[in-house]
Amino acid sequence: MAASEQEILAGLAEIVNEETGIDASSVQSDKSFTDDLDIDSLSMMTIVVNAEEKFGVRIPDEEVKNLVTVGDAVNYIKNAQA
Amino acid sequence: MGLLEGKKLLVTGVLMDSSIAFHVARLAQEEGAEVVLTSFGRTMKITQTISRRLPKPVEVVELDVTNTEHLETLAERLEPIIGSLDGVVHSIGFAPQGAFTFMDATWEDVSTALHASAYSLKALAKAAEPLMKDGGAVVGLTFDAKFAWPVYDWMGVAKAAFESTNRYLARDLGPQGIRCNLVAAGPIRTTAAKSIPGFEQFEETWNNRAPLGWDVSDAVPAARACAALLSDWFPATTGEIVHVDGGVHAMGQ
Repeated sequence: MAASEQEILAGLAEIVNEETGIDASSVQSDKSFTDDLDIDSLSMMTIVVNAEEKFGVRIPDEEVKNLVTVGDAVNYIKNAQA
Repeated sequence: MGLLEGKKLLVTGVLMDSSIAFHVARLAQEEGAEVVLTSFGRTMKITQTISRRLPKPVEVVELDVTNTEHLETLAERLEPIIGSLDGVVHSIGFAPQGAFTFMDATWEDVSTALHASAYSLKALAKAAEPLMKDGGAVVGLTFDAKFAWPVYDWMGVAKAAFESTNRYLARDLGPQGIRCNLVAAGPIRTTAAKSIPGFEQFEETWNNRAPLGWDVSDAVPAARACAALLSDWFPATTGEIVHVDGGVHAMGQ
């Protein structure tokens, strides 16, 4: 059963919080992983790998650089689940 | 019976499932080996998550190959988990970004690269040696260090030192029945490769130069060679470098 956008955002926020300690409520769709949330490449890898596990999708390495904002990641996961 | 039936192996360098070491661990399990992985620091969590994509569950032991305490306690930490070792895979390398600009790199950049990428082969082998009482195999991954490559710079120098380290290890561990060999893989699009600025310069030309062709997204050929060198099928081979590069090393151009 594919998760809704809201569910993906909430799940992603939880993963980001666990990796970085950033408050889950700060993880909003329009936020940039690097510029707004200050997430480095190693944390980003951890987040991607955990998101893959949580949502049962694969996010190829080539795609990760296109996931600039949290919303980009939510959309990618949503489409990958479809 | 699998190629590595009953073998007990320590595999370093599994980060993502694109890692060469991931495929070595996967093939080793499929061929009957028992595997323990290492990782360290912030990458521990990634390795643990990725390790669940292997055919069988594995333990991940913390090992920073530049950390003396980690090295000194490795055997005693591994012993309760796996008992003994028949093989060790070194798939580790690190160089600061500055090391990839040859003429401007500082000694600090270079010494860090040499420590993590060359000396670490000896350090790892020595740390594992107490568990290799019946001999075994040490296998490492190199990138042909005979040439000056675009962008590889001081990492290339570190690989030259790594290849020399392998020959000295072969000399000093041979009497204990421990074989030491390297696989010189062609460029593979792993996390390590992507961290090298300008890596795509290799990608474009390698396939054209390789008589067998070359797929930068396929780590399996290199992983198979590692599995073969870990097996009993190279019993009299040590200090060697096996090229798994589509044949590029043998071509004039």
